Amino acid sequence: MAKRIEASNVSSYYGSFKAIDSISMTVEPKTITALIGPSGCGKSTFLRSINRMHEVLPNARIEGRLTIDEQNIYDPDVDVTAVRRLIGMVFQRPNPFPTMSIYENVVAGLKLNGVKKKSALDDAAEQSLKSANLWNEVKDRLNRPGAGLSGGQQQRLCIARTIAVEPQVVLMDEPCSALDPISTLAIEDLMFKLKDRFTIIIVTHNMQQAARVSDKTGFFSIDKTGDPGRLIEYDDTQKIFSNPTQKKTEDYITGRFG
Amino acid sequence: MSLLDRELAGVVMTPDNIRTKKLSLVANLGVAVAAFVIAAAVVLGFGIGNWVLIVVLGWVFYLVGLLYAAGRVEGRRAARNRAWKSLIYSACILAILPLASVVWTLVSKGVGRLDGDFFGTSMNNIGARDQNGGAYHAIIGTLEQVGIAALIAVPLGVLGAIYLVEYGRGKFAGTVRFFVDVMTGIPSIVAGLFVLSFWVLIVSPWFNDGNPRFSGFAASLALSVLMLPTIVRSTEEMLRLVPGPLREGAYALGVPQWKTILKIVVPTALPGIVTGVMLAIARAAGETAPVLLVAGGAAAINFDPFNGNQSSLALFVYQQAGDASKYAPARAWTAALTLVAIVLVLTIAAKMLARRNSLTR
Repeated sequence: MAKRIEASNVSSYYGSFKAIDSISMTVEPKTITALIGPSGCGKSTFLRSINRMHEVLPNARIEGRLTIDEQNIYDPDVDVTAVRRLIGMVFQRPNPFPTMSIYENVVAGLKLNGVKKKSALDDAAEQSLKSANLWNEVKDRLNRPGAGLSGGQQQRLCIARTIAVEPQVVLMDEPCSALDPISTLAIEDLMFKLKDRFTIIIVTHNMQQAARVSDKTGFFSIDKTGDPGRLIEYDDTQKIFSNPTQKKTEDYITGRFG
Repeated sequence: MSLLDRELAGVVMTPDNIRTKKLSLVANLGVAVAAFVIAAAVVLGFGIGNWVLIVVLGWVFYLVGLLYAAGRVEGRRAARNRAWKSLIYSACILAILPLASVVWTLVSKGVGRLDGDFFGTSMNNIGARDQNGGAYHAIIGTLEQVGIAALIAVPLGVLGAIYLVEYGRGKFAGTVRFFVDVMTGIPSIVAGLFVLSFWVLIVSPWFNDGNPRFSGFAASLALSVLMLPTIVRSTEEMLRLVPGPLREGAYALGVPQWKTILKIVVPTALPGIVTGVMLAIARAAGETAPVLLVAGGAAAINFDPFNGNQSSLALFVYQQAGDASKYAPARAWTAALTLVAIVLVLTIAAKMLARRNSLTR
């Protein structure tokens, strides 16, 4: 099920611009890892390199080694769609497919990957929506468009869509930054629930959120604009927020940064 | 600069009074009446025109008078707002006028021959003194030629646009895009000449014992050459409007790129793509020159697009409008009305089909 992720000396480039510089970290299975740091410090870039989503942009490339249970996902014979099946992703802004109903949105991943059996799809839709704490709100209107839900519901719909394909790892790129506190709480609860089954890595600007939900926290930073982002400190969340070893980390989490 | 300083310098934008006087409707109407009376007096007094000039002049006087009156009552800003608003409304009416005029002319003149004879017979053996005769052959020609042209151009155009948006990077895609732009400006007669020299004179003899042959299919080829760039460009624009996060959302589910395009991107852009395709079809249906050049035109019914001369509605209109017979203009008007009706029906049908697939709120 949930898998260990190991990054060693991962650097990422957009053309000639170096976005992150030799990041090394190990993420244990069935944990929540939070990545924090100022804007533009490479958190999202690192996150997107874990499921090779950065390749969507032209001229993006990567150096170093990124393994999921000892398999390097950047080996030349690796199928990128298989990697993304294994490592799902939730984006900053909810992005339900506008032409699809709630039901179709949830089973989109299965359907587009060839699952045809109606009972299996129905089952997966119900289970995923229940896991995403959305079932009770939408069970009577599964055929309504997904885009008609509220922002928080849309985001939970996207989470349901992501976990419906049973990935091993779920990446979340600031999943709550467009949501109100109540929806945020709903999604944080959801993350605790999902921790039993998935490895979760979340990028967030909200330090309380990082402190609340994560087991381990990584702090990213840049020296100045244009420099590549670095991983300054990576440790247990409790340690980072109570007694960080690095001065920079302490400055950031106490709000003295910049 | 502190707020106090700015107040002293007179640059504070805070208004003292947020209420404003409105120009009353009576005053508005008064200005209108006065404007038209003055216009009528000027035009009739000098004897320089008829009612059209009165309307135009009266309108101008009214706009100017309204601007002046509003300026006196409501103040400069409100008056300027009114001026722009009325200019925009005027431009809108000006734009609709010719359109309404075209529709009215078509309907009023085309209704005369709107009978069974027109839709059931061809122009075969119809002389200058026969008042019957119809466009059956031309309707068949238009439907077949445009249909085949759409069958060729729509898949090619949509796939080409998908290539340009989703896959095309680098020099080759840039070149393709450039030539598509160039092709958009090709005059239809050039497309006709191209098909005449390439298909009719070189290729068609291979299928016809060495003799070149006109055919409706040749016209379809010329029309598809004309439709292709329009479809590529409009589809490209529509595909580019599909937000990137939608594609990423599908990729993140492990959906391969081709399936993402087919099931997510194209359905999202479908209503816009259909509109572009219908514009291209409407343009092709109205082309006369290529049909005249490579299908030859015909007076008799010919169902076979691959063999022998064919006519089309646009060509029929052109020929009847120039015909010496006193019964010909009525046929031309009705054929023009039929052509517009066909395009309208096709457009409505396509829009409804595209809407049926997407969800309604």
